Amino acid sequence: MRRLSLAWTAAAAVLLTLALAAGSLWLGGFNPLSAGAAMMRGAFGSSSAILSITMVRAVPLILTGLAVALAFRAGVWNIGAEGQLYAGAVAAVWVGLIGGDLPWFVLVPLVLTSAGVAGALWSAIPALMRVRLGVGEVITTILMNFVGIYLAAFMVVGPLQEARGVFNQTDPIADAARLPLLVEGTRLHLGFLLAVMLGVGMWATLRWTRIGFEIRAVGAAPGAARVAGMISPDRVVLISFLASGAIAGLAGGVEVAGVTFALYEGLSPGWGYTAIAVALLGGLHPIAVIGTGLLFGALEGGAAEMQRAAGIPSSWVTAVEALVILSVLAVDQVRRRQRA
Amino acid sequence: MPEAVVFVAFLEASVRLGVPLALAAMGETITERSGVINIGLEGSLIAGALGGALGAMALDGPGGGLLIGAAAGAFVAFTFAAFAIGLGTDQIITGTAITLGGLGFTGAIYQARFGTTGAVLSVPTLAPAPIPVLSEIPVVGTALFAQAPTAYLAYVLAPALWYFLYRTAWGLELRAVGEDPDAADAAGVRVRWTRFWATILGGTMAGIAGAHLVLAHAGTFAENMSAGRGFIAIAVVVLGRWNPVWVLLAAFFFGAANALQFQGQALGLDLPYQLFLAFPYVLTLAALGLGVGRTRAPAALALEWPKRER
Repeated sequence: MRRLSLAWTAAAAVLLTLALAAGSLWLGGFNPLSAGAAMMRGAFGSSSAILSITMVRAVPLILTGLAVALAFRAGVWNIGAEGQLYAGAVAAVWVGLIGGDLPWFVLVPLVLTSAGVAGALWSAIPALMRVRLGVGEVITTILMNFVGIYLAAFMVVGPLQEARGVFNQTDPIADAARLPLLVEGTRLHLGFLLAVMLGVGMWATLRWTRIGFEIRAVGAAPGAARVAGMISPDRVVLISFLASGAIAGLAGGVEVAGVTFALYEGLSPGWGYTAIAVALLGGLHPIAVIGTGLLFGALEGGAAEMQRAAGIPSSWVTAVEALVILSVLAVDQVRRRQRA
Repeated sequence: MPEAVVFVAFLEASVRLGVPLALAAMGETITERSGVINIGLEGSLIAGALGGALGAMALDGPGGGLLIGAAAGAFVAFTFAAFAIGLGTDQIITGTAITLGGLGFTGAIYQARFGTTGAVLSVPTLAPAPIPVLSEIPVVGTALFAQAPTAYLAYVLAPALWYFLYRTAWGLELRAVGEDPDAADAAGVRVRWTRFWATILGGTMAGIAGAHLVLAHAGTFAENMSAGRGFIAIAVVVLGRWNPVWVLLAAFFFGAANALQFQGQALGLDLPYQLFLAFPYVLTLAALGLGVGRTRAPAALALEWPKRER
């Protein structure tokens, strides 16, 4: 019953978004139909579009979407996935540069682990500020995003700049640090499988384990959880905050080890914020987030073709993500009122 | 003597960079006093910047830019209010969406109109208007009183908003709505209406702040040029203890942190540029962590009213 209503909400929100997005294009003097056709072509037009563009683009979106979904489920407003992603990317590049002598089956896990740890450490600052000092995490996680972005920008002109010292980027990481391809001849890498497995794992954890139950309980009613006496909300908040940061950091590591093989300014086009739309459209359900991550991967993947063929500005995709969130909120409110 | 010149330039830049933060943060102070936290402030700021650029070009003068910028900021805040207050959606999520939408739509409009190459616009700028006598005071005179008119607006608004909040019936109603909406409602105050206009006022001031960035500072529009100032403004409100006068001072403090990035080299601090960029954010985090301004937020901040069964 609940799953059905979740699907209904998502479908209604998608329809509303489509209407608003088409309307905004029409107002801007663009043809919504040719824009939509170009997007579909760019995202699904060929097997290489699906495997090398849409599915590859979906990986960081699924991972950051899962990070946000986990935090929101626990009542943690982690708006900081962007900064945590950059922290993970910096750590992954660093390990991938110095660990070239190690065999791949050691180096790849090491790269990904260090990305996760860096993301968790990045989220530990706002997490501890909330639990120990009572400072709300909305502002602090947003502030940490800027610090993370500038930290990465500093790294690529400072300690980690390429040996030639020409461009603001790092040298490429060692071959042994790179993720293997899932399908030969495409760009689809192991990270996609990791993201899907993580989604399934998170779903199982939330559903069947003690900590999963505690996260759901604290997220639903922190006061009740404390009164019931079996849960320390602070501990649960801390655990889910750090886990959320680790997953967002992993997203940065996977992107570096699977796609770019180097770090540069603007590595992420704002995945940490898009993740909020991904998570909300998926109803904060880990399995659904895999689906909405793919949907947004198609949106971002199709954007390039939309700009090339129909002249649609690339920033418009960001606006569409905002429309998705607002549509989900609106549909959700209308449903809630009907029930009342 | 050169040190003194550098110091005056530093003070001047601190005020100039503090003004948009001050305007946006004082507006957000009024909004938050009514029990609404508008994370979409960044969206109002960037809309104000684009509105300021387009308005000044279309109406051929910075005054038109300020007007259109203010209107654009108000429009974005209206969208936020329609969802968060009208529909009663979650304020944090709605605000995040409004910020994304503001950045996305302004970027798209700019690209559609001026191309994707990041064209520099020739926007009529808001020249500094030195105040006679006051601007001739040594050191602080030029820093404070040879600024763009928007700076003087900030100076006047700080005490004016303080008076409004603490010495007028409207201000009392506004604070009551933010502290205890049920009691305010019982006393006959229109809770949602009060929150609505307080949010619009905040967005209008953020719009003026955005227009100031274009008209008095950059002289052109660039995508994402608000650069998180909306978020810093929200932190400034906390540091300023939800009191307009303290908020103004906190904003200038952050203006100074920001000015270091331009004046740091001249002041003899030889650090990479990116670390200067990160400095205001680190400083804000440290200030929040050390409990600067750890007074109680309005009790009903970010809470939906009327409450509904979930």
